[in-house]
Amino acid sequence: MSDFIALWPQSASAYSGRIDLLMWVFTALVVALSAPVFILIAYYAWKYRAGRKADRSDRVNRNTLLEISWALIPFILIVILFVWSTRMFFTVHQPPPDAMEINVVAKQWMWKFEHAGGQREIDELHVPVGEPVRLSMASQDVIHSLYIPALRLKQDVVPGRYTSLWFTADKPGTYHLTCAEFCGADHSEMTGRFIVMEKPAFAAWLEQAGTDASLAAEGEKLFRSNGCSGCHGPAATVKAPDLEGLYGSPVPLADGSMVTADDQYIRDSILLPQSEIAAGYPPIMPTFKNVLSEDEVMKLVAYIKSLATTEDTP
Amino acid sequence: MTANPPSYLNAGHTIRSWLLTTDHKRIAVLYLVSVTFFFLVGGAAAGLVRADLLTPEGDLLTNEGYNRAFTLHGVIMVWFFLIPSIPNVFGNFLIPLMIGARDLAFPRLNLLSWYIYILGGLFTLIVLLVGGVDTGWTFYTPLSSMFSNGNVVLVAAAVFIVGFSSILTGLNFIVTIHRLRAPGMGWGRMPLFVWSHYATSIILVLATPVLSITLVLIAAERLFGLGIFDPSLGGDPLLFQHLFWFYSHPAVYIMVLPALGVISELVAAAARKPVFGYSFVAGSSIAIAIIGFFVWGHHMFVSGQSMYASAVFSFLSLAVAVPSGIKVYNWTATLYKGNILLDPPFLFAMSFIGLFVVGGLTGLALAMLSIDVHVHDTYFVVAHFHYIMVGGTISAYFGALHFWWPKMFGRMYPLTWGRITAATIFFGFNLTFFPQFILGFLGMPRRYHVYAPEFQTLHVLSSAGSTLLGLAYLLPFVYLGYSLVAGKRASANPWGATGLEWTVPSPPPKHNFVEIPTVTGRPYDYPVDKEDRR
Ligand code: HEM
Ligand SMILES: [Cu+2]
Repeated sequence: MSDFIALWPQSASAYSGRIDLLMWVFTALVVALSAPVFILIAYYAWKYRAGRKADRSDRVNRNTLLEISWALIPFILIVILFVWSTRMFFTVHQPPPDAMEINVVAKQWMWKFEHAGGQREIDELHVPVGEPVRLSMASQDVIHSLYIPALRLKQDVVPGRYTSLWFTADKPGTYHLTCAEFCGADHSEMTGRFIVMEKPAFAAWLEQAGTDASLAAEGEKLFRSNGCSGCHGPAATVKAPDLEGLYGSPVPLADGSMVTADDQYIRDSILLPQSEIAAGYPPIMPTFKNVLSEDEVMKLVAYIKSLATTEDTP
Repeated sequence: MTANPPSYLNAGHTIRSWLLTTDHKRIAVLYLVSVTFFFLVGGAAAGLVRADLLTPEGDLLTNEGYNRAFTLHGVIMVWFFLIPSIPNVFGNFLIPLMIGARDLAFPRLNLLSWYIYILGGLFTLIVLLVGGVDTGWTFYTPLSSMFSNGNVVLVAAAVFIVGFSSILTGLNFIVTIHRLRAPGMGWGRMPLFVWSHYATSIILVLATPVLSITLVLIAAERLFGLGIFDPSLGGDPLLFQHLFWFYSHPAVYIMVLPALGVISELVAAAARKPVFGYSFVAGSSIAIAIIGFFVWGHHMFVSGQSMYASAVFSFLSLAVAVPSGIKVYNWTATLYKGNILLDPPFLFAMSFIGLFVVGGLTGLALAMLSIDVHVHDTYFVVAHFHYIMVGGTISAYFGALHFWWPKMFGRMYPLTWGRITAATIFFGFNLTFFPQFILGFLGMPRRYHVYAPEFQTLHVLSSAGSTLLGLAYLLPFVYLGYSLVAGKRASANPWGATGLEWTVPSPPPKHNFVEIPTVTGRPYDYPVDKEDRR
């Protein structure tokens, strides 16, 4: 496409191709439903304009059958598109279990990405080609929205809760990555690059961007330094839940309900410990709200997750 | 022939006789002057925004300045132009005339609504001029409640105030339509303009209080740190979005339903035929008003709300298109075998239909979940709602102005100039907003002051279109203003239209009808004829 005037966005995944197809079909439908209106209005305005001789006898003022048909036919077409588009929406909201995890923290006005190995980058996201990637996203301040046009995907990043987004990019290249939710003064400068790499190149990149410790290992350090281990550790005297094997398992709460210990539950347990009390334990855990940043909480979550994995693999 | 009683324009010439009037027609003129003023202010801000976007770096304004400019534009256009324009100017002027009443049910309340509107408007202007707000007209939290350094509380107060004006006007219309219809005017004989205002008034009365409460909650959070919307205080940011859109989605129907009513009148009069399928068109206004309350979640598909909720909202949003489609097809059928007068009101109506169709159908794209994920909060959305609101509502507003101007002021304007204006607005509008669909699909987010250089060509086209559009909006000031002093006197019914408002002299006398008329036929009872009109 020419540089002077682009008409179609770049595409970096098979999913974006499917969106484009839906868009084409939709455009065809728009034309089919609206062309009769445009054509007939112009034609009638000319044919029946005042002063022109035309057959104006037998004027009809209602025709119920006709009216029902132009309510019903568009409705049926719309239902078809609804089913099509909703199924695609549901697929992009159900990540495969083996997706590679990357943490994202948004703040006024930058994007911070953290790979499982502890590699961090700002305003740049490197991913390998052909592999499902799941972004787990948190915001430090206001609502932001991670938008990668080449994937036809975006997701708001909301303070106080984790949101996620997953995709499989399959075309190496460098694409735009932007913030789509108005987030304050420098909103329009909260942009970056989305870089899809061949697997060997990605491995090499991870290597050179490497850090000493993985996210889980850093989380473990935080676990000690913030005194979590004092209560939750093996040698603790205080009655607090054991965190080994917790991730992904059901947790009975004091009020009788059950929750699954997912990222959000663990985050809330650290920052809002009084909101969901595990059954059988006294509500004595202090909040770490003003102690830990969103990145640190994410590292702790990664650490607690890693405890679950050791459980499943005997 | 008895001599006509003096017109409402001559029933007193002092400023006081205008500012203390309880005549719905004079109040309509007061609104006409004031919404025109706000339209100019909002338009100037839009011009600033478009000029800034000529270059990718946005050399004209600072980041802050840009944010404040588009917020000013949005706040003024939504609350001080689009919502009040057609109901408060034309609804006020025409509803009593169309149903054969001497005034609205509560004339003094009507005057009070205008004062509240002016109070809210002046307040907003002062606040926006002494610094403004940088949150966008949607005031999303926690940006607005804890992070913004603009005058959020004061602007929220101003919008809160103007909300009361809407509520009072809505109540007044509902009671008037129920109680003051002339003998013989059953619900099935009401002009479609009145039907659409009835539907609009229901939304005004039910939805506006939700907005008012939401604004109070934001103010409470900012002033007292109550944890309602800010998660760091234990609140929920999505709660704000639910409350806000619960008002603001129906609000878009407040803007567009009156326009649909106007178009039904213009099309029938232009074609000299009854509106095809009167009862479907009347019923679809009510259907739109009701379904319009259940689609607010389509603004939140990527917010993190449950995907099942999203699916339901998507389905309902797609369903609203059906009654809107019915109207468009019915108007088209109305023209069939008509005797069509290609005068300015009809040209505006044609332009309305075209732009409304494009705006409505692109709304379908937004209502489809997986497409919305891509284009949400991009220029595609900006183009969509401008097609509906600027292309639609404002075309209808100008159509109404050109249709009822002779009735309101008793003077004709040069029709050729009206035709030129209608055509220029249509062309300028498409040049301004069509490129924005492409920009959005390419991935250009909205509310961006600095953008990637590859988007520049489309932005330049859009800015060029907006210049043309702006000039075309200014043209009527010249020839309508001219008509007031030198225009030909208008007869009681210059377009040969039906409707009670055309049975009284132009301009109408103070109390509308010397004797309350009795209605004996259905609306739009045009005889089949070929005689010349005007
Ligand atoms: C009839 C008059 C209409 C008006 C005045 C109107 C106005 C608007 C406005 C102002 C927005 C912008 C929201 C924002 O600030 O992000 C919007 C968005 C939207 N509209 Fe419309 N609209 C109308 C009709 C429709 C119809 C008929 C549909 C669907 C069939 C529709 C679907 C949508 C959707 C789904 C969005 C959300 C897009 C997004 O935020 O991503 N609209 N509309
Ligand atoms: Cu942001």
